[in-house]
Amino acid sequence: MKKTLLILAVVVALGAVGFWAVKGANRGWTRTNIKHETPDPVTGLSGVTYEKGFIPGVDFLAVAALAAVSMAGISLLIKNKNAGK
Amino acid sequence: MIAFLIAFVMLPVLAVPAPAEPESFSFKDPKNVNNIIFKLDAPLEGINGSANGISGTVTFDPQNPGATKGKIVVASASLTVPNAMQTTHMHGRMWLDVENSPEITFEARELKNVKTDGNKTTADVVGTFTLKGVSRDMTIPVELSYLKDKLGERLGGQQKGDLLVIRSTFSIKRSDFGIQPGKMENKVSDTINLTLGIAGASAK
Repeated sequence: MKKTLLILAVVVALGAVGFWAVKGANRGWTRTNIKHETPDPVTGLSGVTYEKGFIPGVDFLAVAALAAVSMAGISLLIKNKNAGK
Repeated sequence: MIAFLIAFVMLPVLAVPAPAEPESFSFKDPKNVNNIIFKLDAPLEGINGSANGISGTVTFDPQNPGATKGKIVVASASLTVPNAMQTTHMHGRMWLDVENSPEITFEARELKNVKTDGNKTTADVVGTFTLKGVSRDMTIPVELSYLKDKLGERLGGQQKGDLLVIRSTFSIKRSDFGIQPGKMENKVSDTINLTLGIAGASAK
């Protein structure tokens, strides 16, 4: 159990950083509306529309780090099976 | 002979082209390109978003751009930021209250400092800006581009007519419109920078 939690904590931390990096390493807040620009050559204007999506930001990393640290902390509180033998 | 004389006298009169009528441009854009970008730059947080629920009518006379008048309407609920939860908060009662104040409007009454060069006119528009039920007189700089016979090109030949493109950059203060004055200014700036880029159509 102790080892499983520790491994899970590492997986969550690395997974979150990897996912964040793959999704563009956004240093702002998490975006759930993705902006699209459509140029209009006749008027020279550019239309802006939003569609649903997910681009993780620093808040996503913070939540993942908190989850990983919590799991690692809980794992430290669990007594080792072989302790005292 | 008399008929000939009448025709001779009337000929120069008939040859003079009739003065151009002011055209009415509708800003409900079928291509959904019209938009207003808003930027708030607070010390702790920057907020960027846009609104595309634009409608309204502007009367523009290519022979007399200084006589331009009209009203631009923005649907409050069309204001969007990249975070859906933040968008919901922005639409809520504490901020824009889109349920009770569904429209943001600017009504142009008069143009000052009008300068025309070809199809482009720059001016300062005097009008009334209404946000969350509070109206304030404002003067904002605009650039008007009159694009004659370009409507068909824009809509893929579906309609004939002219286009009027309006561009403007100006700022307002949310506190002037009673939106949480003096509150949370570290995160939500009091100054809101607005960039307007909209095209109106006058079908023939």
